[in-house]
Amino acid sequence: MPDVRLVNVTKRFGKIVAVDNVSLHISDKEYFSILGPSGCGKTTLLRLIAGLIQPDEGEIYIGDRLVNDVPPEDRDIGFVFQTFALFPHMNAWENVTYGPRVKGFDVRKAERIGHEVLEMVKLHERLDAFPNELSGGMMQRIAVARALAAGAKLLLLDEPLGHLDAKVRNELRYEIRRMTKDLELTAIHVTHDQSEAMAISDRIAVMKKGKILQVGTPQELYMNPQSIFVAHFIGGSNFLEGFIAETKDKMAVVELRGEVKVQAVNKGVNKGERVVLAVRPETFTIKKGRGKGENSIFGVIERVAFEGTNIRYEVRLENQDLVVVVTPSLICEWFNIGENVTVSFQPENAHLFVYPEVGLREETAVE
Amino acid sequence: MPKKFAEKLDKLSSKPLVKYGVYLTAVILFFALILLPPILGIIIKWDAMQDVLGNGELIARALNAVKNSFTIAVLVSVLDVVAGIPMAWLVTRGKSRWLNVLDTLADVPFIVPTAVLGYSILLFWSDSEKGISAFFGSSLISPGWLLVALLHFTFSYPVVVRVIVGALLDYKIEYEQASRTLGAPPLTTARTVTLGIIKPSLIAAFILAFARSISETGATMMVAGAFENGPVFIQNMKNAFSVQPPLVSQAVYEGSTVFASLILIAVSCLIFAVVRIFATRFKLPIKGAWPSLERKLSYSSATLTRNSVALLVFFAIVLIPSLFVALPAFEALSTNILPNALAGVSPWDEYWQSLILSYSLGAIVTVLNVLVGLPMAIVVARKRLGTSFSSALNVLVDIPIIVPSVALGASLRFFWKETLAFIPDVWLLVFAHLAITYPYFVRSMSAAVERIGIELEEASRTLGAKPLTVFRTIILPLTKYSMFSGAVMVFTRSVSETGATLAVTSLKTAPVVLVDWVKGKIDVSPLEIGLGCGFLILFSFIILLALRLIIKGKGRY
Repeated sequence: MPDVRLVNVTKRFGKIVAVDNVSLHISDKEYFSILGPSGCGKTTLLRLIAGLIQPDEGEIYIGDRLVNDVPPEDRDIGFVFQTFALFPHMNAWENVTYGPRVKGFDVRKAERIGHEVLEMVKLHERLDAFPNELSGGMMQRIAVARALAAGAKLLLLDEPLGHLDAKVRNELRYEIRRMTKDLELTAIHVTHDQSEAMAISDRIAVMKKGKILQVGTPQELYMNPQSIFVAHFIGGSNFLEGFIAETKDKMAVVELRGEVKVQAVNKGVNKGERVVLAVRPETFTIKKGRGKGENSIFGVIERVAFEGTNIRYEVRLENQDLVVVVTPSLICEWFNIGENVTVSFQPENAHLFVYPEVGLREETAVE
Repeated sequence: MPKKFAEKLDKLSSKPLVKYGVYLTAVILFFALILLPPILGIIIKWDAMQDVLGNGELIARALNAVKNSFTIAVLVSVLDVVAGIPMAWLVTRGKSRWLNVLDTLADVPFIVPTAVLGYSILLFWSDSEKGISAFFGSSLISPGWLLVALLHFTFSYPVVVRVIVGALLDYKIEYEQASRTLGAPPLTTARTVTLGIIKPSLIAAFILAFARSISETGATMMVAGAFENGPVFIQNMKNAFSVQPPLVSQAVYEGSTVFASLILIAVSCLIFAVVRIFATRFKLPIKGAWPSLERKLSYSSATLTRNSVALLVFFAIVLIPSLFVALPAFEALSTNILPNALAGVSPWDEYWQSLILSYSLGAIVTVLNVLVGLPMAIVVARKRLGTSFSSALNVLVDIPIIVPSVALGASLRFFWKETLAFIPDVWLLVFAHLAITYPYFVRSMSAAVERIGIELEEASRTLGAKPLTVFRTIILPLTKYSMFSGAVMVFTRSVSETGATLAVTSLKTAPVVLVDWVKGKIDVSPLEIGLGCGFLILFSFIILLALRLIIKGKGRY
């Protein structure tokens, strides 16, 4: 059964370390995403698993087999490329049945598989079409069908939806997940789109600069980010800088700029330490006027954007920090620019991190 | 001032009248200088055919010669493509730094003047004292069809490798990776995916090799012996007419030249059309797959064997036989021949003058090709003068390289010399070389322009660039390498051309002088011949290398 195991894998291109000592275990039949900004090494990691490039150090196992020296054609994988890489000189049918044919299946079996996968992606009526006659969405379906037809139990997807428009992208991502689950495949999906990864994955690995920062279910990453970068990249956060004024039991009192004090759950910080408090825009509550209570800060609405489902406010706090607050548009009160408001949050909804050595801007950089 | 001038030109270029004026001028010049002179001379003498059509024996001989031409051309072009693929693969996919040297060495047979190449190959394969035959005590391969085939294989090889290397460099490696992840071993991938996608380039390589084989005369004469193909037949008729007293009448000579040339041109055009039409429908056999066999043939020992065979073919059949004639040059370095040569003692005075003439001619022809050929390449690639007319031009561009060079020479002489007698010899030479080299340049450039997405041009226009600026800032930088390789082919082809030069003028270019030496018209020793060939090859090599470095030095594109 194709679980995938990477042990201390490193890949360098000249002086650049694209994948830096990565260890990872992806379970059988799991839908696993590798998420990160451009240039973080996620595609390199996928190509290492596929055997399109070889690691400089470390071991890669597919099932129980060490595959470091196994060429891609013998790894029993399906690979969907970002640009689809449909063979331009073959029509849809020939593209889809290519895998079974080159693997030496008999003609009837190859044709049966071809019909099955085309049925699955609902493109049976276009089997004579050449790639340049198909729309982006259709090409993507053919690319998936082709990868599935090879009969592999491990499907590798390199930004498979990156070239499609938003509407098609949203539909296809659920379709791909459904197919892999129906066929009981292990899928590894590389993307830079966090909403895509959150929507379809069983688990996600977040990568930055060749390293894996955190692996977890979408809920774990969202609810319990273990680094400033993950808090920033998954869902987005407001970052408030301050010092630890005091610690008591499991709580810490953080003094923000302008002597504003708030409480947060203490995750091992000490008194006097410089910290960053991450609060998600949707965990704030917002009320008219100057309110009192735990973790309440007074401010003025500076900008308002109506986004349909939500309303997005930029609020200038009394200590001059600027925070973004998002509220559901249908069930919450609306505010106007210039209005005085009080924003507040629950201590357990804020995440406390030690101030990064490289600075906050560098820590949250996605380029 | 130059800036203002450039701005003025820029403004002018956006006027439709000026734009189409440039394109039309290029087309008119193509018809007037390139296409018509080589075939008009043949067509005007149409009547002369009457004198030979009744002569059954002569017609049978001509037809047999033409048939030989096509047999050799098909055989050689197929073999060239088959041998060129593994070599191009090795050059583009191998990792050794030495492959750059190998890549450059593959151009060498192109630099050697064709007639000298013929002599070199004759020495290598047939001379029982000097060449490889010396090991066997007698001539290994006597002049005849096999030696002609070897010669044609050799001179077409560089073009074929150059075209396939270009195709493999442009090719998106992702297709190959996709095929591998679907379970195809490397050989299956190459056969079903890579070769399928670069098929247009394989066809282009085949057509260039074929055309060259159909038309080459000078070198073929040297190795043909009693064997006759089309051009040799025409040359033999010319020789029979030129001796005193003539063995055939002028009418028979002209009639058979016209007859053989017309059949060669017509059948070649037909073959090209058929190849172009059917090649798009013809598919490489992708249905069948032999996984276990192809898997065995894909891995290291088989790859090593394939590379070794590719290198063996290149060195043993192409490179060493081509350079064989220049080998005595090394011996000549230690004798007093070198000081004599450098001092310009006779016959070296004539040699140096001819060398200067050859290189000046090569440079002028290259510049003219850029001026006349560039707009034409754009017309063909972008179909600027309507789809059907531009497509017709696309086919017509190839014609000058399929006319047998001896017939081309005769035709040009008739057109320029006998009809327009006032043209000085030097210009006659320039026009002759322009006609021969033009297709190489336009082919190379139009393919490159076609590869540039039209949206890049459109983007540039929407940002406010006038047509000339688009050309200067987008097309020219992106096609720099193709322009370079086109210019290299033009330059080397002009410097090495012999047959047509002999036909149109008595001016002596370097190849003509060397042919005189080789044929014993001037009394020189083998060492001097070797040194003469060696200088020509060395200087050409240095010029090409310098050009390559200059182009490489100017930024990324």
